[in-house]
Amino acid sequence: MKKKIIPIFLGFSLLFIPVLASGQNLLIKNGTILTVTKGTIPRGDILIINGIIKKIGENIEAPEGVKTVDASGKYVVAGIIDSHTHIAITAGNESSEAITPEVSVRDVLNAEDTAIYTALSGGVTMVHTMHGSGNPIGGQNIVLKMKWGLSAEEMIVHEAYRTLKFALGENPKQSNFFTATPRYPQSRMGVNAIIRRELLKAKNYKEQWDRYLKAKKSKKSAKNLIPPRKNLRMEALADLLRGKMLARCHSYRADETLEFINLSKEFGFKIACFEHASEAFKIAKELAEEGIGTSVFLDSWAYKIEAYEGIAYSAGFCTKKGVLVSINSDSSERIRRLFNDAAKSMKYGGLTEEEALKLVTINPAIQLGVEKIAGSLEVGKHGDIAIFNEHPMSAYTRCDMTIIEGKIYFDRAQYLKEREEEEKKKAEKEKKKKGEKK
Amino acid sequence: MIKRTVTFTVFLILAFTFSFSQETNANLIAIKGATIIPVVGEDISEGIILIKDGLIEDLGKDINIPQGAKVIDAKGLFAYPGMIDGLCYLGLSEISALRSTIDYREIGKVNSQLKAVEALRPDSVHIPIARANGITAALVVPSGSLIAGQSGLIRLVGWTPEDMIIKSPVAMHISFPSVPRRRRGREAEPREEPSKRVEELKKILNEARYYEKRKEAAKKNLLLTYPDFDEGLEFLVPVVKGELPVMISVHMDKDIKAAIKFVQDEKLKPIFFGVEQGWKVAEDIKKAGIPVIFSSLNNMPPKWEDGYDGVYRNATVLHKAGVKFAFSSQSSSLAKDLPVHAAKAAAFGLDRKEALKGVTINPAEIFGVDHLMGSLEKGKVANIVLADGDILELRTNIKHVFIDGKEVDLSNKYTELLEKFKKRK
Repeated sequence: MKKKIIPIFLGFSLLFIPVLASGQNLLIKNGTILTVTKGTIPRGDILIINGIIKKIGENIEAPEGVKTVDASGKYVVAGIIDSHTHIAITAGNESSEAITPEVSVRDVLNAEDTAIYTALSGGVTMVHTMHGSGNPIGGQNIVLKMKWGLSAEEMIVHEAYRTLKFALGENPKQSNFFTATPRYPQSRMGVNAIIRRELLKAKNYKEQWDRYLKAKKSKKSAKNLIPPRKNLRMEALADLLRGKMLARCHSYRADETLEFINLSKEFGFKIACFEHASEAFKIAKELAEEGIGTSVFLDSWAYKIEAYEGIAYSAGFCTKKGVLVSINSDSSERIRRLFNDAAKSMKYGGLTEEEALKLVTINPAIQLGVEKIAGSLEVGKHGDIAIFNEHPMSAYTRCDMTIIEGKIYFDRAQYLKEREEEEKKKAEKEKKKKGEKK
Repeated sequence: MIKRTVTFTVFLILAFTFSFSQETNANLIAIKGATIIPVVGEDISEGIILIKDGLIEDLGKDINIPQGAKVIDAKGLFAYPGMIDGLCYLGLSEISALRSTIDYREIGKVNSQLKAVEALRPDSVHIPIARANGITAALVVPSGSLIAGQSGLIRLVGWTPEDMIIKSPVAMHISFPSVPRRRRGREAEPREEPSKRVEELKKILNEARYYEKRKEAAKKNLLLTYPDFDEGLEFLVPVVKGELPVMISVHMDKDIKAAIKFVQDEKLKPIFFGVEQGWKVAEDIKKAGIPVIFSSLNNMPPKWEDGYDGVYRNATVLHKAGVKFAFSSQSSSLAKDLPVHAAKAAAFGLDRKEALKGVTINPAEIFGVDHLMGSLEKGKVANIVLADGDILELRTNIKHVFIDGKEVDLSNKYTELLEKFKKRK
C-alpha cells in the first residue's frame, strides 16, 4: 500500500513543479529600467526566460521565438506589491467569535474578483490578502500573484511567509458600529488580555505536544502513550509560537502598538509588520530597534479617532529612522494608485525617488518574505514587471503594461484596441438596425 | 571691546531692520523672480507680481517695484493662482466615523433651508493642510437629502465663519439616484427610477412657484391671506426664478439625460456634479451648456463595463466635446489632494493646461467668481501660490501662499506633530 502511494505522490509533485516553470519568455527592449535595488539603466533591456529574469542590460538580442515588447520612452519597474489587501476573497471576518486563528482566507479565495484586474491596471503583481480587523485574532492570510484568468490555486505564492492577522484598538473593541450582541472585549484592556489568554492556552497546548512528541521519539516510550487532543485553533497559535507563522498586527495608536511588542516578547513570537500604524512616527525608535516593519497608508487619516494623528509624514519619517515601511491599499480601488501614494513620501518626509519606489516594491517583498523572487529587477528573480509611460513617481504617470513571470496580464494598448473594435462593431450594428427600420 | 562692537553692530542691524520694516507698506508686496503661470494667457519667466491692498496691482516682466514694497524673492519658484476645490466638506466633517463631528447632512427629503457655511468650523485641522497644498478657496456643500441645501464658497483662512465666506449661497444641491455600489457579500440595493425622482422634484418646484405666486398676490391684495410659512419652499423661490443655480448630483448616462430634460423643462440654472458616465452622453451635456464638477477620481467607475479607466478618461472626453468642467476632492481629510485628481485626468489624456484650469479658472467661472479669482490677472484678488515645481505634481513643495494679498501660515497638524516627535531622541 505504502509503496503505491509514494510513486503517486512523486507524480503529483512533478505536476506541481512546472507551476513556476509555466512562466513565459519575453524580451522588454529600450526602456528606462528602475531596478529598485541596483540603480537605473537609462536605456536597457530585460530578458525573461521561463518566467525568470535571465539578463538585464543593453542590446540584448531576442532568442528565437521570444516575443519582444518595445518600451522606448517608457519606465520599466519591478511589479508593485501590496502588503495589505482584502481582495480576491469572499469573506474576511468570522465575527461570531473574538478569537479565530483557525480560519484561513485560503478557504475563500475568489479568482474572479475584478479587483485583481484593477490591481493589474495599477502595476500590482502581488498582494498579501488578509483577514479583516474585527477580531483580536482574525485568521491566516495568504500571498497571491495577480494572475487574472487563472485559478486561485495557481495564484498562491508558496515562497511567502505564513502570517496570522491580529487586530488592536477600535475595530476589535467594536467601537464604530452598533451590534445587538456585544462580545468581550470592548476595551483595549480586554483586547490585550484576550490575546494573552489565548497565547497562554497555546503555550500550554504546545508544551503538551512537545512533551508527547519527545516521549514518542524516546526508545523507552510507553506503548500506551496517548497523543494530546488536536485543536485547530491552538495549532495555529502554536505555529506562531514555534516561529512557523509570523504576526501581522492591525494597530493605530502608539501605546497599543508598544503593548503588542511586549506581548511578543512575553511569548517569544515574531511580528512581521504592524498594519496602518497611524502613530508609527511616535515610536519609530522602538520599531527600528525591534526590526518590525509597518504597512501603512501614506495619508488616509482622520476617518476615526485613532487615525486622527496619522500624519502624511509618518512613512518618510519612519523610513529615515530605519523602519522597513511599505505603503498598502487596503482597498480594491486604492490598489491601482499605490505608486501615487509612494510618490507623496518625497514631499512628506523628503525621500528620494528610489526610496519612495521601494515603499511599494522591495520593502513589501521583504515584509512578505519574497525578496528572493520579487520586489526588484534582478537576474534570477521572477519576471514580475510594470511598465509606466512616465516616471512612476510622477503624478502624470499611467501604467501601460503589467507582466507576471514573463506573461502579459495587462496591456493598455491592446485594451484600447479591443475597445475601439467593439465600439465600431456596436456602431455598425446600430446603423444596420436603423437601415432596416427605414 | 570686541563684545561691545558686536553688540553695537547687532543693535545697528536691528535698528535698521526695524526702521526698514516701519517703512515697508504691509499692503504693498512684490513677488520677484518667479515663473508666473497666470492660467489665462502666456507664462511669464522671471516676472514680478505686485500686490496692493489685497489685489493684484500689476504683473509682468518689466514692472517697477515701488519704494516701500515688501519684496519676496521667488527666484526659481513658480507662481500660480490659488486652487479652488469644486466640492468638499472642509470645516463640516472632521472625523468621518464620529457622527458628532459630521455636519454636512441632515435627515428629511427637502432641506432647502440649510446653509453649509452656517456649520463651518474655521478651526478644522483639515483647512490648514489643504491651504498648505495651494488650495485657497473651496465650495463647501450639504449632502444627503433629495434637496440637501445651499453651498457656499469659502476662503481657506479666517478666524470666524464670516471671515471665510466669499459667496453664499452658490447653489442649491439636489441629488438624483446615486450610483449603485455593491458591498462585499451583498447585492446592490435596487435603484430608484430617475423618472420617479423627477416627478417628485417637479411637484416640489411647482409648489414653490405657487407659494411664491400666492405670496406676491397677497402682498398686493388685502383680501388675500399669506400662505403658511414653509421653509422648504421659501428657500426654493430663487431656484424656480432661475436666480440661484442648482447643483445636481447625477451619475449614470440615463440619469444625466433625464436631469438635462428636467432642468430645461423647469428653466433652472444648472451645474452637474459627479457625472461619472458623462463620457457616454458628452454631446448632450455640451448641447445643454451645463458645466460639470467631477467627483473624486479615487472611485471605481459605476459599472465594470465602463472600462477600468472610466472616471479617468471622463474629463478628456467631456473636454473634447466642449463641456466646461472642474475637479473636486469630495473630501475634507483629503481635500489637500485636489491637484492629484486633475493630474490623474491628465495622465489619461487631458491636456495638462486644461487640467490646471479645472482647479483654477474653471471652478471660478462655474461659481460666478471669475472676476475675483481663478487666474493671475490685474485687478483680481491676490490668491497666489509659490511652488518649487508643477503645482499638480506629487513631489512639488508649496513655499508661500497668499490669500487676499496676505501671506498665510503654512504650518498645520502634520507639521506640528512632526516637529513634536522630531524632538524625541
